[in-house]
Amino acid sequence: MSAPSAIVARPQPPPRRLLGPADAQRLAKAVLWGLTSLALAILVFIIGYIAWKGLPQITAAFLSEPVRDMGRAGGIFSTVVSTALVTAIALAIATPLGVGTAIYLTEYTREGWLVSVVRFGAECLAGVPSIILGLFGFVLFVLKLGFGWSVLSGGLTLAVMVMPTIIRTSEEAIKTVPHELREVCYSLGVPKWPTITRVVLPAALPGIVTGIVLSVGRSVGETAVVLFTAGAAVGTPHSPFDSGRTLAVHFYILAREGISMPNAYGTAFVLVAAILLINTAAYAIMYGVMRKNA
Amino acid sequence: MEASMERQWWIERALMLVALSAVGSLALITLFIFSEGLPVLAKAGLSNFLLSSHWAPTKGHFGIFAMIVSSVLATLGALAIGVPLGLACAVVLAEFATPTMRLILKPAVELLAGIPSVVYGFLGVVLLVPLIRDWLGGPGLSLLAVALILGVMILPTIISISIDALRAVPRTYREASLAVGATQWQTIWRVVLPAARSGVVTAIILAMGRAIGETMAVIMVAGNALRLPHSPLDSVRTLTSNIALELGYASGDHRAALFATGLVLFAVILVLNAAASLLRRQR
Repeated sequence: MSAPSAIVARPQPPPRRLLGPADAQRLAKAVLWGLTSLALAILVFIIGYIAWKGLPQITAAFLSEPVRDMGRAGGIFSTVVSTALVTAIALAIATPLGVGTAIYLTEYTREGWLVSVVRFGAECLAGVPSIILGLFGFVLFVLKLGFGWSVLSGGLTLAVMVMPTIIRTSEEAIKTVPHELREVCYSLGVPKWPTITRVVLPAALPGIVTGIVLSVGRSVGETAVVLFTAGAAVGTPHSPFDSGRTLAVHFYILAREGISMPNAYGTAFVLVAAILLINTAAYAIMYGVMRKNA
Repeated sequence: MEASMERQWWIERALMLVALSAVGSLALITLFIFSEGLPVLAKAGLSNFLLSSHWAPTKGHFGIFAMIVSSVLATLGALAIGVPLGLACAVVLAEFATPTMRLILKPAVELLAGIPSVVYGFLGVVLLVPLIRDWLGGPGLSLLAVALILGVMILPTIISISIDALRAVPRTYREASLAVGATQWQTIWRVVLPAARSGVVTAIILAMGRAIGETMAVIMVAGNALRLPHSPLDSVRTLTSNIALELGYASGDHRAALFATGLVLFAVILVLNAAASLLRRQR
């Protein structure tokens, strides 16, 4: 039997701290809010600055005239056409492939090795930097397949870039379609494929459209990929095999070579405004869906 | 009925092929980057390529050590700026903000992810570079400018993935911690953040991939001098900007060396992505 005094704990003095828990809470909250305000201020400033400098440059002529004198004069219309063409080609290819992949992953396979491989591949592809995609598109489409610097090469490479986005958003959208809808169809004897095209896809459409719209935004803003696959010819492309300078590439060249600062700011404004509009539309669609499901 | 069954079978096969398109693209990218880059790697020798700083591709010197160092330093600098800022935003938005604020601010942050990298680079050139030149000295186009720009560019990635990770921590964890008398900050620091650790680490890894792979913004503010940086105010050339600067006019071994540069970059990114992917699966 040991002495009882060994068992009874002596009251310990509270540990000495620079800050009590309440003070730490106040301090942490203040610091975190401060950092958050700083980050938000930077992001707001970026958009504000571009609008402040760029908006005065925007005239009807700037938007409707082709690029003249390498961008010193004229407008940006030819680059808008190139951007639209490249983006349209990219989405025309990436949408069926991406949505098809999502359908296969959600409707046709159980969680197995194939799903893991496809999902891992899509995740890795999403992380491949644009300069690597540019190198790839340059070798495969521009050189090996002989498409040259063209809107076609640019569109094909962008399709590879946006495919992961479309796969992921479509997969999420298809997964949220209630299982009962499918079961009703099957119980009526409708085969699997018509069930998917007539029932599942229409129900998942808003989510799929969100992914497509986000991909449009990424294609419009991309520079490295298009610079090395679509080239930088200032003229308006008349066929998929013509080179075309997109808005983002045009802006890059104007700014980097110091050709015309007013035109650079104007182009930047059009580029940023277009992308923000496109992305806002995407989030509006998604938010509408979330509210409907809630 | 027979015909219908057969049709369903064909549709399933076709969709399986489509599903392989993403993996197939990744395989093609790997194949082309390797087949274009490996020969020159073999010729120059891997250690020579990676550990020499002598880059004179038209004279047969392919050393990318200085660029590797610059890329790594720029990425670490970007993380030093972007991680605290981004995590602070994520914690505030996930834990302190009201649902209405979250509903507005989270999409706003994600919208900003869409601002093209050339725009960040341009603002860096017209605003940040003169500031650095006038206040800190040096050419202005510098490692510091690259780190600052990249630090801002990775914010949306860090914020949006970390918010999701923090929101995924069960409410009961917070309630248990608050119930035993912990303050909100103690709860966040000791309970919520550790529980969300794998998600936060995923965010940081993906942001790292973003930063190391970013090209256009970096070219514009880096100055692109070919040497080892000795101070944050030195001009640097990263792996990505080296490729983009020279691809336009390179041919032969020079072009192959650019692909080999891409190969090194690609290998690093694949490792980062695989790590992020595994972490995500663990959760």
